[in-house]
Amino acid sequence: MGNLDEFILTVSDLKVEIQNQIILENINFEIRKGTTLAIVGPNGAGKTMLFRALLNLVPHTGEIKWDEKVKIGYVPQNISVKDVPISVKEFLSYQDGADVEGALASVKLDDPNIINKSLIVLSGGQLRRVLIAWAIVDKPNVLLLDEPTIGVDTGSEESIFAMLNNLKKQTNITMLLITHDLHLVKEYTDQLLGLNKCMTFFGDSQHISEPALQQKIYDETICLAEA
Amino acid sequence: MVDSVIFSLIVGAVVGFAAGYLGSIMVLEKMALVGDAMSHVALPGLALGVLLNFNPILGGFIFLFVAAILVWYVGRVTKLSYETIIGTTFTLALAIGILMYGDRLDALEAALFGDISKVDLTYTVIAIVISLSVVLLTHSIYKKIVLSLISEELAIAKGVNVARTNLLYLLLVSATVAIGIQVTGTLLVGFLVVTPAAAARIISSNLLKYAVLSATFGTLSAVTGIALANSLDIPPGPLVVISGVAIFVVALVIRLRTKMT
Repeated sequence: MGNLDEFILTVSDLKVEIQNQIILENINFEIRKGTTLAIVGPNGAGKTMLFRALLNLVPHTGEIKWDEKVKIGYVPQNISVKDVPISVKEFLSYQDGADVEGALASVKLDDPNIINKSLIVLSGGQLRRVLIAWAIVDKPNVLLLDEPTIGVDTGSEESIFAMLNNLKKQTNITMLLITHDLHLVKEYTDQLLGLNKCMTFFGDSQHISEPALQQKIYDETICLAEA
Repeated sequence: MVDSVIFSLIVGAVVGFAAGYLGSIMVLEKMALVGDAMSHVALPGLALGVLLNFNPILGGFIFLFVAAILVWYVGRVTKLSYETIIGTTFTLALAIGILMYGDRLDALEAALFGDISKVDLTYTVIAIVISLSVVLLTHSIYKKIVLSLISEELAIAKGVNVARTNLLYLLLVSATVAIGIQVTGTLLVGFLVVTPAAAARIISSNLLKYAVLSATFGTLSAVTGIALANSLDIPPGPLVVISGVAIFVVALVIRLRTKMT
């Protein structure tokens, strides 16, 4: 395992079971401070549930050990803004002591008019950036990003990853991100966690370009069935 | 008589404000009919007060609070929406309430459509205290509810106790409905928490404007309706509704003209 002081998160024997259904089992991994971990796997693999467990939002067994000084920012996969007339400024101000302008600048939303716009009228890419701004506005040292580029076009996808990479360089923030964009995993992340109810891979993210590994990660056979 | 008119206008203003403010959450939550359906459960409580010679409003209060707790509990256990739970059970309460009134038709009319002639200083003070409490408590949970509407996970991760917030919210709806009964009656009190918010919603691009307009429209509807009712000597409920719908129509015209998104 190595020196625990270097790790911001250590997960041991994590198991999540909901209504007698095992969602995750035998999850063991650790993350060093300042690195980016990509979490990949097929739909229903338990990726979002892993985040919920890490945030202590669902009951689980095993150990999730965060660094004592951890401060987590979270970007959920789905939000519902179409029925809520809330402006960007109002939304970001919900975080206590928020530096709204600073957070928006960090996510490259420089248009001065955007702060007073309603979330409803933002494009998919702008909305994802506002969500990331929400997550970083109170200066966390860990970011959990659940598909941060879902619903955005390819160009915006690349620029959001580049922006996150830039953020990491500036602040040395640790990131855990769930994604399906394998080409971006290789370019922008350090480690890779393959998930399909259990771990199918954990190691250097450069391995993602290997077809055999991709097949293993996205194989329909889940670990629990194999066990 | 003059005192009664002034008291009723004050009650209308504060109750309308509280109902409009609280209603702005209800419309966001797509629970527009909850206040309406829930108001029906007050009727058996009011009838009990008439039959057993205690203040009917107190009976309405008790029934509404118990109903709010039951709805919250059943919602937690079954995961059914509040609207579904209330919709399936509370019409029965209306039926039982009407039967309990029997041949006391004057009292039934007052319960159904409001009676501001009985608004005195004591009731006015109670209405002010409860309305102020509703506004302050609603303010304390407003951000939490909005955040949970945007993403429940985000809210929980931020430390919001969604179940506790929902219970407080339902109790506030009960309190608002209970004090609104004297103004519009049980049949129409649901209007007070829906129409002003709906009018505000269609012309608002941010939450502050939405909440302020909703509360203002609630006040305007109630005060205008009560003033008309006093001068025409008829029950206030229908006129409060008509005033509110007129505001909604004006808001709709503004929306259509400005083509807001």
